[in-house]
Amino acid sequence: MMLEVKDLEVNYGMINAIRGVSFHVEQGEIVALIGANGAGKTTILHTVSGLIPAAAGSISFEGTDVRKTPGNKLVSLGMAHVPEGRRVFAQMSVLQNLKLGAYTRKDKAEADETLEMIYTHFPRLKERRSQLAGTLSGGEQQMLAMGRALMSKPKLILMDEPSMGLSPLLVKEVFHIIEFCHEQGITILLVEQNARMALGIADRAYVLEVGSINMEGNAKELLESEEIKKAYLGG
Amino acid sequence: MLNFLNTIINGISLGSIYAIIALGYTMVYGIAKMLNFAHGDVIMVGGYLVYTGMISWGFNPLLAILFACIGCTMLGILTERVAYKPLRGASSNLAVLITAIGVSYFLQNISLLIFTANPKSFTSVITWEGISLADGQLKIQGITIVTIVAGIVVLLALQLFIKRTKAGQAMLAVSEDKGAATLMGIDVNKTISLTFAIGSGLAAIAGALLCSAYPVLTPYTGAMPGIKAFVAAVLGGIGSIPGAMLGGLLLGVAETLSKRYISTQLADAIVFAILIVMLLVRPAGLLGKKLQEKV
Repeated sequence: MMLEVKDLEVNYGMINAIRGVSFHVEQGEIVALIGANGAGKTTILHTVSGLIPAAAGSISFEGTDVRKTPGNKLVSLGMAHVPEGRRVFAQMSVLQNLKLGAYTRKDKAEADETLEMIYTHFPRLKERRSQLAGTLSGGEQQMLAMGRALMSKPKLILMDEPSMGLSPLLVKEVFHIIEFCHEQGITILLVEQNARMALGIADRAYVLEVGSINMEGNAKELLESEEIKKAYLGG
Repeated sequence: MLNFLNTIINGISLGSIYAIIALGYTMVYGIAKMLNFAHGDVIMVGGYLVYTGMISWGFNPLLAILFACIGCTMLGILTERVAYKPLRGASSNLAVLITAIGVSYFLQNISLLIFTANPKSFTSVITWEGISLADGQLKIQGITIVTIVAGIVVLLALQLFIKRTKAGQAMLAVSEDKGAATLMGIDVNKTISLTFAIGSGLAAIAGALLCSAYPVLTPYTGAMPGIKAFVAAVLGGIGSIPGAMLGGLLLGVAETLSKRYISTQLADAIVFAILIVMLLVRPAGLLGKKLQEKV
């Protein structure tokens, strides 16, 4: 099992934001976490990648308990996180951003190979490699954030709202990139507000509602479910 | 004319010292987002360490400076660990600001205890007389030249370190976004420690140069240069390394010019007046930049 989260609880100050959430991601899967704004999707991802502490529960990554592991140590274990809002380093160049993605990698030649692979698949990033990341368009920044995550050679990528704020055309492109990552053998945990697209690409999905999981199952079946259609797919 | 030139050269030299101090301020601000008001007092500690090394233990000047650098680096790491780190993530930035002022007084008082309030007369770390130009009408002291060169070397070395090394790139990343830096695998706490270490090491060098040019050392020696270097950092755009350098140089030249041509007493007031005007006209400082975020 790639990732297993059990009875996770997270507090924000006095607020109990996540109340006993359990889910798992198998090796090679794309798992979607969908739900309305404020349901706690981003909080869950931030807790899994060690940016905020869990109040209770367990998080295990490839069988090892990582609940207390500091976020920066998870990268070399094989977990990458493409955060909400891309969070590229705006005042650094595209190339510098990509190189920071490989910060934990020891073998420079291998990292260079990954960089070449990324340049081949995202020619736009190659064209703009010496440009400041802050000057890229939203879609290009998303591409960069994903490329930067790939640079760490991850086994699992957590993707938080990759389609947010992008035009329908770019949303399609971003989902192509997710498929590309998946074809590289990377397992994906995808958080999305665009439930239709997310369920379209995922193997399984969990539906989150104010801090706890409401429904789970095969993504294709959820896509057909009346309840989901009504609540998340606009009828 | 020669007088003017001489004043300018002295100004650049004084400015180089401000610049080296301002680099510490600006780096710590850029990365830890805090104003380390104790930074000026680290200069004073550096001065006393050089003094102790040279006078009491008979070190040669270079060894004494190295000793002071190591001492101040350790002091910087220690104060960060003990006084600032526990407050990181505290609800108010004021808490850490006030702590920094507390650390400043703490360092002054410790120095009072150890070295007393009696001024120590500092022996210059540079024995070279300097050069004499225009048939001896323009004399430039050795310490003046060495200070200017030191400023340039420090700036270049720092730029190279930040552009070329992994640790330097990690610093830039942490200064922009600590969370995203963590997601790259960067240890944010270690990076902040390293920043304090570098800033404090530079403060020791600044201390040695400052006390060589103005050879009276008391526990309060660091306070005023510290504040002026802070002004220099803000003037240049706090967080910007070339900005700190430029701000320092401008401030040094403005100060020596005011002292020479306007009034010795008013010089400090003029320096702060420049800061106020600057903040009104260009709040981000000369080289401070604000990049618009794209959604």
